[in-house]
Amino acid sequence: MVPTDLRYTKDHEWIRVDGDEATVGITEYAASQLGDIVFVELPDAGRKLGQHATFGVVESVKAVSDLFAPVSGEVLATNDALTGAPELVNGEPYGGGWMIRIRLENPGETDDLLDAAAYDALIAEG
Amino acid sequence: MPYGPHAAGDRERMLEALGIPDVEALFDDIPEALRASRLDLPEPQPELELAARLQALAARNRTDLASFLGAGVYRHWTPPAVDQLLLRGEWYTAYTPYQPEISQGTLQSIYEYESLIGELMDLDVVSASHYDGAAATAEAALMTCRATRRERVLVSRAVHPHYRQTVAAYFGGGLEVEEIPLVAEGESAGTTDLAALELLLADSDRPVAGVLAGQPNFFGLLEPMAEIGRLAHAVGALFVAVVEPVSLAVLAPPGSYGADIAAGEGQPLGIAPQYGGPYLGLLASTDALVRQIPGRLVGMTTDVDGRRAFVMTLRAREQDIRRDKAASNICTNQALLALAASIYIATLGPHGLRDVAALGAVRAAELEHALAAVGAPRLHPGPYLNEFAVRVPGAREVHRRLLDRGVLAGLALADIEPDDETLADALLVCATEITTSDEIARFAAALDDILAGRPPVGVEAGAGAERPTAGAVSSR
Amino acid sequence: MSVVGERLQPTLFERSRPGRGGDKIPHPPKDALDRLPAAARRQTAPALPEINEPEVVRHYVNLSQLNYAIDTGFYPLGSCTMKFNPKLNEWAARLPGFASLHPLAPDEVAQGTLQLLWELEGILAEISGMKAVTLQPAAGAQGELCGILMIRAYHRSRGDTERDEVLVPDSSHGTNPATATMAGFRTITIPSAADGGVDVDAFRAALGPRTAAVMITNPSTLGLFERRIGELLDAVHEAGALAYMDGANLNAILGRFKPGEAGFDVMHFNVHKTFSTPHGGGGPGAGPVGVGDKLLPFLPSPRVLKAADGSFRLERPHERPSSIGRLRSFVGNTGVLVRAYAYLRAHGGSGLRQVSDDAVLAANYLKHRVGAAYEIPYDRPCKHEFVASAAAIKRKTGVRTLDIAKRLIDHGFHPPTIYFPLIVEEGMLIEPTETESVETLDAFADALIAIAAEAETDPETIRSAPHTSPVRRLDEALAARHPNLRWRGMVGAESPCPD
Repeated sequence: MVPTDLRYTKDHEWIRVDGDEATVGITEYAASQLGDIVFVELPDAGRKLGQHATFGVVESVKAVSDLFAPVSGEVLATNDALTGAPELVNGEPYGGGWMIRIRLENPGETDDLLDAAAYDALIAEG
Repeated sequence: MPYGPHAAGDRERMLEALGIPDVEALFDDIPEALRASRLDLPEPQPELELAARLQALAARNRTDLASFLGAGVYRHWTPPAVDQLLLRGEWYTAYTPYQPEISQGTLQSIYEYESLIGELMDLDVVSASHYDGAAATAEAALMTCRATRRERVLVSRAVHPHYRQTVAAYFGGGLEVEEIPLVAEGESAGTTDLAALELLLADSDRPVAGVLAGQPNFFGLLEPMAEIGRLAHAVGALFVAVVEPVSLAVLAPPGSYGADIAAGEGQPLGIAPQYGGPYLGLLASTDALVRQIPGRLVGMTTDVDGRRAFVMTLRAREQDIRRDKAASNICTNQALLALAASIYIATLGPHGLRDVAALGAVRAAELEHALAAVGAPRLHPGPYLNEFAVRVPGAREVHRRLLDRGVLAGLALADIEPDDETLADALLVCATEITTSDEIARFAAALDDILAGRPPVGVEAGAGAERPTAGAVSSR
Repeated sequence: MSVVGERLQPTLFERSRPGRGGDKIPHPPKDALDRLPAAARRQTAPALPEINEPEVVRHYVNLSQLNYAIDTGFYPLGSCTMKFNPKLNEWAARLPGFASLHPLAPDEVAQGTLQLLWELEGILAEISGMKAVTLQPAAGAQGELCGILMIRAYHRSRGDTERDEVLVPDSSHGTNPATATMAGFRTITIPSAADGGVDVDAFRAALGPRTAAVMITNPSTLGLFERRIGELLDAVHEAGALAYMDGANLNAILGRFKPGEAGFDVMHFNVHKTFSTPHGGGGPGAGPVGVGDKLLPFLPSPRVLKAADGSFRLERPHERPSSIGRLRSFVGNTGVLVRAYAYLRAHGGSGLRQVSDDAVLAANYLKHRVGAAYEIPYDRPCKHEFVASAAAIKRKTGVRTLDIAKRLIDHGFHPPTIYFPLIVEEGMLIEPTETESVETLDAFADALIAIAAEAETDPETIRSAPHTSPVRRLDEALAARHPNLRWRGMVGAESPCPD
């Protein structure tokens, strides 16, 4: 069962909303599908993202995956710890492995996203 | 079939296991209308006859000329150890090391190659090889665009013409490549015009991603690399140095004058001329650009038991994983030639490599003086290492006549740059450690005779123009 | 760092000691470089290893013995065509007449090589049913780029500037979409049909005025001949697009199918696959490209021509004004092409057809044997290679294709291609080639079957394989997270170069 305080995309990103800001990362399922994460490419602070736009790339030994913004907003910060320790994405996908922090442009967009139960159902099929 | 494995009955055994009378059933799925017409090819030749044929073909090439031809491919003495090691089947019949547990030979040798070239270039990251100097240069130019997200690249006109043409072919999908003109006169004639470069860089509406210049340049001249790099960096462009590896034993390496990327041709490192390849595309960069560099990379790691081992790494950049998002489509590279270069460098050592470069410089100075003495002075005044252009009236015709006298007098520049009038009466010549004083004397004497209108020995004076040679002079 | 295992070798840098080696080149005079400006000269000597020749030789001989190679054993790598590399070809390429020829030498001194290249172009044109062949590209991928750039030039020459898409099947080799991107196109990926072939209807739906080209491998990367290729080619041409064939799998169809005759506009050859030139640990190869009428004007320059008097020469640039130019220096990987030429002359037309017959027979026989323990997803005759799947084994025992591949190493075999093409779960792509004996094929099948059985009784041994190779499974995550891509710090003091 994935954390219930988060919402999810069908591309396996999670988002934790607090006020008009939010934190984004990828789920444990995504991380385990990719394998050992070796590199995460993240945008610069200040970049504006549209909903579903690509905001970066996550790379494992044998695979690569684009990262898609769950909602539109401006990038406030990125997780510098991932530069030296990309394995945080595998070990603490919902905590220390967070990727970007954004200011929400349109808070209503989170309604389009999956809740924990819906996401669990999605990965159960997959 | 020359290498077929089947003894009598073997094919039948397999057919029987499959329950078919012959292989035709296995090709039934090719639609009738699309089945091939007969393969109209010469009949197979048993090895003895084929060997004779190949020998006859090889013998139709002339190998007896005193050669002063460089222009991107240089003859050096390759210690026989190189080729004898290269002929081990474990080296040349091995595949790409995708299964590292049984490819540690190849993998370690590539790591060592990366280290050797990295040391020569004074740069951090070296690709496991690219096709040749031209393709490596084109990929370097593309790297600058990806890294800076800009679309315009400036290439000095004194970079090898083939390399410039290759960059032009690789660009053209919306990316722009422009030439930096050369200084026409004075001390710096034939080198990149810094004032013109500064002007080209100043257009802020069309920011430049990368600036490319050669060291030595195509005319053999030394360029003001540090200044070119400064000008590039001042506007946020990257600097690409196009270099010749043997010269790096004695010339300042790209890393020392601020190059972000270095590209070049590794053929001089013990690889035979072979009429065009296979050669060795050198491509190196600073650490900051490691994720932009195309091609394979080998790194060090450990195995489960703690043994040191080598493995292809940062693979996710490559085409089989990244597919349409890959930086480059390169798959097969020039691995065996990288091995040859490594063995060459290991066998010669730093002092040997230095001696190769320095001896070439000595012979080249001898050549310069010998040619000037018979009326063929240098075209440009600036310093050179072992290659330079000389002024010769009617250079193409003189080149042909020298060929008749057994001298391959470098390259008539008009052949490779037919539209450049300033190069119409010039030959590009070089010398290396294997050029002998005898050959130089022969070249000078023959040139002297030709310029003075004297016929070759054995032909009567006044017999008119020497016989025209078969086959036209070609453009390259 | 860590233990240097038995049979493993120190690096060149660890073998180096100041003063070792040398005596290959005479010493130049001390003032040899005085005429060069100080600013252009190297301040410190490069820290290259100093090793004497005997130790260099031991280094490279011992390292070579850590490699698996065709000359040591069976290499059933699907899509790679690991056939025997004839030794005659190595001898031929090293003949001084070929090896010492400078690529800018005048045509008249290069007649032997020019004749060989001209003949080779003709042989490849006949094999492919194409009108003309360029020998310039240095590898298959560069051949692909050449082909796609010519297609781009073709459309532009007709004022057809809206075509910015290239269609590829989802089973395509990664070089195909990567090539499309390099040439400035967008790739549209079309899912394959249930029978493993291209889905012609899906292609038809995607074809349109924005399609520049489709890139098809035939036989497909599953080793299956595209039965509906005629229909597909018709649809492509109706849409005003061109058809590119990736010739990687040519070993299956020599003398059976000529792409140019069938309607492909352009294709590349991988001479290091089909025509036996050695892989060299990753290269070199060569990727000649054949074209039909439409693309003739755009071929890269220079071509090799035969003059009326029977002599040979290189084409001059003004003779092909619409050429896409050049993709590399000089004429091509001639040394590799000499080897391919020797191979083709040794076989002739009848020999090449026999090559395909035997390659296809061997693959079907092996498929039949391997099918005893592995799923064969496509139940029809294959061509020169086939896909087997270990999905059922994984479900039952947890042992994956990767583990089976590593266990094959303990049986003395190089693993087949794994997880390609991506559309088969836990897939293995197996290509025996025509130069392997029945005994070898049986031994390989026996090994695979034995591993399948072992998966039921002792999966752990398989999952920790290989056990007998010089090194065991590697920490690839470490290599990627903390890349160590070059040696730093040589053992022993640096010796400055006395001048």
